[in-house]
Amino acid sequence: MEYFLQQLINGLTLGAIYGLIAIGYTMVYGIIGMINFAHGEIYMIGAFISLISIMLLESLAGGSVIVALFVVLIVAMILTSLYGWALERIAYRPLRSSPRLAALISAIGMSIALGNYIQLTQGARNKTLQPIVQGNLELMKRDDGFTVVLSYMQIGIIVTTIVLMAAFSLMIAKTSLGRAQRACEQDRTMASLLGVNVDRTISLTFVMGAALAAVAGFLVVLYYGVIDFYIGFLAGIKAFTAAVLGGIGSIPGAMLGGLLIGLIEAFWSGYFSIEYKDVAAFAILVLVLIFRPTGLLGRPEVEKV
Amino acid sequence: MLSISDVHTFYGHIEALHGVDLEIKEGEIVTLIGANGAGKSTLLMTICGDPRAHSGQIVFQGRDITRLPTHEIMRCGIAHSPEGRRIFPRMTILENLQMGAITGNPDRFDQNLERVFGLFPILQERGGQRGGTLSGGEQQMLAIARALMSEPTLLLLDEPSLGLAPLIVRQIFDVIRDINQSSGMTVFLVEQNAFHALRLADRGYVMVNGEISMTGSGKDLLNDPEVQRAYLEGAVG
Repeated sequence: MEYFLQQLINGLTLGAIYGLIAIGYTMVYGIIGMINFAHGEIYMIGAFISLISIMLLESLAGGSVIVALFVVLIVAMILTSLYGWALERIAYRPLRSSPRLAALISAIGMSIALGNYIQLTQGARNKTLQPIVQGNLELMKRDDGFTVVLSYMQIGIIVTTIVLMAAFSLMIAKTSLGRAQRACEQDRTMASLLGVNVDRTISLTFVMGAALAAVAGFLVVLYYGVIDFYIGFLAGIKAFTAAVLGGIGSIPGAMLGGLLIGLIEAFWSGYFSIEYKDVAAFAILVLVLIFRPTGLLGRPEVEKV
Repeated sequence: MLSISDVHTFYGHIEALHGVDLEIKEGEIVTLIGANGAGKSTLLMTICGDPRAHSGQIVFQGRDITRLPTHEIMRCGIAHSPEGRRIFPRMTILENLQMGAITGNPDRFDQNLERVFGLFPILQERGGQRGGTLSGGEQQMLAIARALMSEPTLLLLDEPSLGLAPLIVRQIFDVIRDINQSSGMTVFLVEQNAFHALRLADRGYVMVNGEISMTGSGKDLLNDPEVQRAYLEGAVG
C-alpha cells in the first residue's frame, strides 16, 4: 500500500509534465492537422532557457527564491514562445497549402536542426543544477522503514500543472481567442469569412503550446536537475504518445493521456523493471490504437454536417 | 456601393469567372441566378477574397478591396452566409452567433442577439445545442443569423433556400425582405430558386458559364421569355 502510494505520487508528477507538453502537440494538430515533431525540442529549449536564467539570477544573488523562480518561469515562457512562433513562421507557414508530407519532413528537419543548434551552442554534456527547492513531507512510514515521501517540488509540479490546465481550458472554452481557435479548427475558411485572422490565430496556438512546453522544461530542470540537448527527443515522443492515447486534437485527452503515460511508467518501473518502462508506455499506445484508433477522448473523423 | 469590374477568377488552371461586371447600389436587393456550376458561389467568394480575383477590380464603398486578405474584407462591413451553410458543428448556437459578432460592435452584441432571436425564435429555444445537431432548416437560419450579428452594410447570401421545405423558404425570404426594409441593409442574393429570388429582388443578373448574360429589374427578368424557359419552367404557381 505504501509502495503503491509512492509510485502514484511519482507517476502523477511525471504525468503532469507529459501532459503539459502533450497539449502543444494536440493543439497544433487540432488547428492545422499536422504533428509538430519539433515540439519536443521546444520543450528542451525551454529547459535550457530556464537553466540559464536560474544561473544568471543565482550569480546576481539576493532576493526571495520564490520570486526569482517566478521571474525565471516567465522569462522561459516568453523566450520559448518566440521559438515556437518563429518555428511556425519559418518551417510551417510557407508549406501550409503543400501536401502534408512536406510539412512533416519540415517538422522533422526543424527537430534535428534545433537539437543540433543547442548541442553546438551549449555543448553535448549534461548540464546540472544544484537542487533549489528542497524538503518534503513524510506521508506514511512502514514498519520496515519505507517512507512515503511527497517532496515540495512534486507538490509544486502538480499544483502548477493543475492551475495552468484549468486556466488554459477556461481560456479555450470562454474567451474570444479560444473560440477563434476552435473555429479555425472546425472550418478555417468560415472563420476567415467571419473576420478571424487565421494566420495570427495559428501563430498564437504555437505560442501557447510553446509556453506550456517551457513550463514543463522549467519544472524538469528543477525536479531532476540534469538536462542535455537530447531530452527533447524522448520526452517529445512520450508526450506525443500521450496526445494520441488521449485522442489527438482533444485537450482534455492530452491531459488524461499525459497522466496515464506518467502512471504507467512509474508503476512499471516500480513493480517490474525500470529498463522496460518506455516499452510499457509504447505498448499501451499500440493497444489503444488497435482497439480505439481515435484515442480515449478523441472523436471519430466523420462528422454530421 | 459594390462595384465589380472585369473580374477573372481561377481555381488552379481552370478559369471560373470570365470577366464579370456587376454593380450593387446601397439599400438594394440584387439577385444573381444561374444554373449549377455557373460560377455564382465563386463570385460571392471572390468578393470575400477567397479565392482572390486573378484580375479585375472590386470596389466596396469607394475602397479597393481586391487585394485585401479575407478577414480584412469582412471587417469593412460585409457578411457572408456561404454555400453549404458552414455552421461550426461542435459549437453551440450561441457560440456560432458570437463568432458572427467578431467584426461587429461589441457594445451592441446583446441588442443584435435579441434581434436575430426575434427573427428566428427557434434559435433561442435551442441556444445551447451544438450546430452539428441542428436540422438543415435550422442550420440555414443560424447561418443567416450569424451573418446578421455583425450588422453588415452588405449581406451576401448563397442559396438560402437550398434543400429546405417551401414553408421555411418563404419564412427566410420574408426575413430577408424585412431586414432590407427596416434597416436598409443591402442584400446580394445568389439563388437557384429563381422565381422567389426575382420576386424579392429590385434587380437581377443571370450568370451563364462564368459570365453575366443578362441583367434587368426583377420584374423584367421574371417576364423575360428566355429566363422563363431556362430557369422558371414549372416553378411559377
